[in-house]
Amino acid sequence: MPLPRLIPCLDVANGRVVKGVSFVGLRDVGDPVELAAYYSAGGADELVFLDIAATPEESETMTSVVADVADVLEIPFTVGGGVRSVRDASRIIESGADRVSLNSAALADPTLITDIADRYGSQAVVVAIDAGDGVVHTHGGRVATSTPTLAWAVEAAERGAGEILLTSIRQDGKRTGFDLELTAAVRALVRIPVIASGGAGSARHIADALRITDAALIASIVHENPSGLPGLRREIEGLGVQLRPTKERA
Amino acid sequence: MSDVVIVDYGAGNTRSVRAAITHVGKSSEVSADPWTIANAPYVVLPGVGSARSAMAHLDETGASTALRERFTANAPTLGICLGLQLALESSEEDGGVACLGLVPGNVVRLEAERVPRLGWAVVEPWGEAYYFAHSFVAQSPATIATSDGLSVAVQSGSFLGVQFHPEKSGDAGLEFLGQCLSLV
Repeated sequence: MPLPRLIPCLDVANGRVVKGVSFVGLRDVGDPVELAAYYSAGGADELVFLDIAATPEESETMTSVVADVADVLEIPFTVGGGVRSVRDASRIIESGADRVSLNSAALADPTLITDIADRYGSQAVVVAIDAGDGVVHTHGGRVATSTPTLAWAVEAAERGAGEILLTSIRQDGKRTGFDLELTAAVRALVRIPVIASGGAGSARHIADALRITDAALIASIVHENPSGLPGLRREIEGLGVQLRPTKERA
Repeated sequence: MSDVVIVDYGAGNTRSVRAAITHVGKSSEVSADPWTIANAPYVVLPGVGSARSAMAHLDETGASTALRERFTANAPTLGICLGLQLALESSEEDGGVACLGLVPGNVVRLEAERVPRLGWAVVEPWGEAYYFAHSFVAQSPATIATSDGLSVAVQSGSFLGVQFHPEKSGDAGLEFLGQCLSLV
């Protein structure tokens, strides 16, 4: 098995990183390229960029961000938000992203998963699921659908998804730990890797998640103190979870 | 001509490979032209897309013949991910595809606990962790390195293939790429 991954998630709108990044050591905390390079140097195993504005007019801005990031980043990265067609996926992957993350568009048209996987391989397709009360939610977790979370995870994997990004709406933003029960339930039903998301507040929370699944998405815990990433990795390793060996530059 | 020619087979992302090559101080260009590929100081066969469409594209442009000519002339080529797999005799992907046959062995569907096999894993005997993203794997007597017991690097004559992505493997990947390209 590959080593468990620690994946910082950056929210981007109109080409800028928004929400929660507060750090005086960076020249421009809103610059996705600078922040991505900083996290990469600090030992991030992978990055996720979530285009939270994702209007059609904005897609060109995002494409140029992706290209700029690809020119400086030597770790893999995923781009989500606003991917609604094979064409959107092509635009992002051909600009240098490794993977695209599909959310509500896949729910509306599950054949999109297969179409992108056929063209770029399963490893290029992440299906993001916002889960709460046993069902999938849309619109950033605000609207409940009638689709059961577990059934959707299984269907996404069958249709060619290469990974599931599973966010617990209940835990998201609370910083009281990941929803381990939900993560384990989904992971037991699929044969593809699962990224736990929502709730990281400490090294212990992350270590607990990485003992039962393949990767953990982290946001505020690292954005509040980007220089703390190497220390966070050491703490997680101190709790007995082996991460990839990195040569620290940050 | 640039130090390195990256073979274009119509499937997307060569940007990261180019950026990594620039990072280790070499010039590169992306080309599908057989003459350019045959005569380049160093060639990288990158890894995106599926075996069938990649082979169809290589055959159509004449890049297949150019890659075989390079091999016969003992000129160095690095295959990355699918680029490694294309150098073997055949692949199980897409119902079976005949490949370049530069390296003895075949490509089979990966039997692992989780597929695709995604993430960083240590490669032995090199002792470094590199980034992997694959659902197929080589079975080859030309294997020179393994990871989790899988063949992840093969060498045959002037062809070197790696299953991981050096262009996505941070400092360890750049170091690896730098060593490969020190030949030019």
